[in-house]
Amino acid sequence: MENTNKKSSKLAIVGNGLLHENPNLRLVLGTCPTLAITTSLFNSIGMGLAATFVLIFSNMAISACRKVIPDKIHIPAFITIIAGFVTVVMMLVQAFMPGLYNALGVYLPLIVVNCIILGRAEMYACKNTVIDSALDGLGMGLGFTCTLAVMSTIRELLGAGTLLGFQIIPKSIEPIGILVTPPGGFFVFGMVMAVAITIDLRQGKKVVSDPEKIGCAGCIHSEQCGKEGCE
Amino acid sequence: MMAAKLAFIFFSMILTNNYVLVKFLGICPFLGVSKKLDSAVGMSAAVTFVMVLATAATWPLYSCVLVPLGLAYLQTIVFILVIAILVQLLESIMKKFPPPLYKALGIYLPLITTNCTILGVTILNFTNGYNYVESLICAAGAGLGFMLAMVIFSGVRKRLEDAEPPKAFEGLPITLVAASITSLSFTGFGGLIEKIFGM
Repeated sequence: MENTNKKSSKLAIVGNGLLHENPNLRLVLGTCPTLAITTSLFNSIGMGLAATFVLIFSNMAISACRKVIPDKIHIPAFITIIAGFVTVVMMLVQAFMPGLYNALGVYLPLIVVNCIILGRAEMYACKNTVIDSALDGLGMGLGFTCTLAVMSTIRELLGAGTLLGFQIIPKSIEPIGILVTPPGGFFVFGMVMAVAITIDLRQGKKVVSDPEKIGCAGCIHSEQCGKEGCE
Repeated sequence: MMAAKLAFIFFSMILTNNYVLVKFLGICPFLGVSKKLDSAVGMSAAVTFVMVLATAATWPLYSCVLVPLGLAYLQTIVFILVIAILVQLLESIMKKFPPPLYKALGIYLPLITTNCTILGVTILNFTNGYNYVESLICAAGAGLGFMLAMVIFSGVRKRLEDAEPPKAFEGLPITLVAASITSLSFTGFGGLIEKIFGM
């Protein structure tokens, strides 16, 4: 009995990232890649998996070192750990998937400053055990990948008529080209977020969607933000 | 010719390649700090300042130290550390200055380390193969472009406050839709700069 309880709580950690605390739609972290690389499904899945890899390992490393790192320099220390794993991912992708490496371009090294990773380090990994942190990284990473996949499916299918490069909608039907352009990215993200909020409202949950309240809650700068920065 | 190329880089970074609205870098401060005009200006001035300084520091470091030593793959780690140190340094220096300057710029400095525009511009300078002067101009243009987007959007946000969107759109979703329309207005500049400078 106790064993099943334990199992379900571990599952809950993973599920948390997928649904209730979805990093993009709920915590509003990591918006830059969500908007920039979701023009094709293949790129988004690649990006999502790369970020998941970094999240799991950086969460584990930070959780393992959490008692050693002095409080004063914890942010530079966390960033260095994350940058190390990002470099590993960059080299792996460059070696095995050069096409994806070129498509993601600058957004791959920019995983370093993706607030999902630093945010989870700050909110979760520095307070929990190594295994829990790894599971949290897995859940958050999958939540991120799923959001990217949903966004890019909408944008690629309607904006270019293809999916993973295959023609799905016949060429005779004109695609809605604006969806793959930058304005389309903002628009689709707003719509997907509104749908997620509607689902929560239907279930009778209280939704806080004020940008300052949720956006900054997960951000490492929430302390300054609340006071002066984000007024 | 040289001056024309520099002007081309500068203006295309502000209008056609705007970092926020076209390249999607620095969306977090764009959504978070754009509610008031003063804070939008303060934040983007601090970003521009750090961006130029970070480029000034990382360009020689990469070309003169990392590449000759064959350590180019350490680019990401070295750059983010340089930016973090630079921001810390600037904050300590600014604290010594008269309070108005610190109040105007200093409070935004801690928010900047993880701002992706800064790391983005330092890396993109090498991807585009710019030389030292071009990189500095590019950084200044990117910073001013960031400021332009922030100032315009803070005006849009002000109107948004009085609007009454459907329940599901309250807060962020409607802000994103507004950002989409702002971004749409920037696509109008497409090709403009290339035509003017004949490139």
